[in-house]
Amino acid sequence: MNTPANLKYTQSDEWVQLDGNIATIGITDYAQEQLSDIVYVEITVASGDDVKKNSLVATLESVKAAADVNTPVSGTVLEVNEELGNTPEAVNSDPYGKAWLVKLEIKDPSELNSLMDASAYESYCSNRSH
Amino acid sequence: MSEPTIYELSSPGRRGVRYPASDVPLSPLPEDCLRKDLPLPELSELDVIRHFTNLSKLNYSIDSGYYPLGSCTMKYNPKINEETARLPGFAFTHPLQPVETVQGNLALMFELQEWLKEISGFASVSLQPAAGAHGEFTGVMIIRAYHLSRNDTKRTKMLIPDSAHGTNPATSAMSGFEVVGIPSDARGNVDLEALKKVCDDQVAGLMLTNPNTLGLFEENILEVIQMVHNVGGLVYGDGANLNALLGIARPGDLGIDVMHFNLHKTFSTPHGGGGPGSGPVGVAKHLADFLPGPIVDIIEEGDDDTPPLYGLVTPPKTIGRVKSFYGHFGMMVRAYTYIAMHGPDGIRQIAENAVLNANYLLSLLRGKYHLAYDRICMHEFVLEGRWDDAPEVHALDISKRLMDYNFHPPTNYFPLIVHEALMIEPTETENKQTLDAFAEAMLKIAEEAHSNPQVLKDAPHNTPVGRLDEVKAAKELVLCCWIPEKDA
Repeated sequence: MNTPANLKYTQSDEWVQLDGNIATIGITDYAQEQLSDIVYVEITVASGDDVKKNSLVATLESVKAAADVNTPVSGTVLEVNEELGNTPEAVNSDPYGKAWLVKLEIKDPSELNSLMDASAYESYCSNRSH
Repeated sequence: MSEPTIYELSSPGRRGVRYPASDVPLSPLPEDCLRKDLPLPELSELDVIRHFTNLSKLNYSIDSGYYPLGSCTMKYNPKINEETARLPGFAFTHPLQPVETVQGNLALMFELQEWLKEISGFASVSLQPAAGAHGEFTGVMIIRAYHLSRNDTKRTKMLIPDSAHGTNPATSAMSGFEVVGIPSDARGNVDLEALKKVCDDQVAGLMLTNPNTLGLFEENILEVIQMVHNVGGLVYGDGANLNALLGIARPGDLGIDVMHFNLHKTFSTPHGGGGPGSGPVGVAKHLADFLPGPIVDIIEEGDDDTPPLYGLVTPPKTIGRVKSFYGHFGMMVRAYTYIAMHGPDGIRQIAENAVLNANYLLSLLRGKYHLAYDRICMHEFVLEGRWDDAPEVHALDISKRLMDYNFHPPTNYFPLIVHEALMIEPTETENKQTLDAFAEAMLKIAEEAHSNPQVLKDAPHNTPVGRLDEVKAAKELVLCCWIPEKDA
């Protein structure tokens, strides 16, 4: 399982990368592995939307299940990854790179304080697997 | 696959029927309504019969083998149901006939309503909905109408346990509610603490399946229902798993306000390609006025010499029609036949044997497969299709391998709260020999998963087609084998 050290993680398997006041959100390697082959990505927000913490930003569909992706932080949508509409398999092959889902401009970085770091997330995942 | 498609069998000019010359003047279609790019297959009648007979031989059905598809209650559908449904008085009535001329049909519908009320403990039943999810939608619309009729407009939330069928949140969202998920506790029940936190005056209702999709009886069901009722919400019962409760516990007595029945699961009408379904809805007294109409009632009481006069009535505050005419009448005849053939004691025995069969099968597999929630189960149970020492094997591989042993696979990857879920529902109609044979195949596969995992990864080997490409099937939605010229 790949868990980059520079990211923050949620219990519902989203990752957040914070760069100044810009937060980029995607789903983790663990999540893509659990979902298996992703066949459809729908991003449910658009640039300019204000989104609240824990609200829906995307829906992923795999051959096994459909899963909601919620933002762990409030903000204004700067950009969404349109490419994934044509290349949903990128969520499987490059979950932390090409398969970022949305970028938000955030106001309150303290909302991220409750998230896990990489080592906490790894032990959280390994506890869930057993 | 050995059988070509019907398009590949086509030969220009071949045809099944030749019409005699018309003895009335022809009235051709307007030129702009005719299309020349519709290459329908051209075959003789014999070609068509052989093609579809060959395809039917490749099919797998409950009549050809064991079908433990969890949550679907794939019980045997007795053939007497088909006999009664084909009786001319039932089969050849027209839905617009005057009610005086279809009293037998209405009597059957009335008695089926009464029997479903007796089995479920509800005050009133509408037979209209055409399937389970349709029944859910009807039930949730009734909950909505109930709150609105009391000018209680702040109730926007529907509570859904995380083990629920996907149709529950879908139904709620379609009915305009906000879906609030409730986690399960360590025993697989609704987590009471989590439920308590979200119970407030914005709760319209809770959708509850009992036994839940783990095949477990909700041990705190009375508390759960009480908590929702205490804040003014209603409880929707998803009747998908009613087979486990028949004649033993009545959802209406437990305090559930509204529930759908799946005639095509519990009451042996065909499904899984052989439908259509039928999803009658039962309600407690306070919701009876909201049922979709028409429902059947006695218009004039009879006496010793005269049968009662049955008629169609519409409840006063009805949510409206949810189906044209009166629902799927043919399914009602089959379900009526099934209930009549069993009688009250037989109905209870269905549930007892369904639960016994599931626990027997579970006892044969326990220890070789992981169980996320290890309890005495009801009519079905959920295994984990994975082992730490066989990391490459997934639930899907086990299911595909089962096909090589000539069994239909169980339900895969549902409920979502179990890793690599394999959901197995034997039903009451299987005998011990079949259950033993299935368990033997499952144990053999567990062994293969460790000794020769590749044989699972490459399965199925003995079926007309091998492993299908599910990703391609989901992404490339090309369903026909020709493309109109203008689009080519």
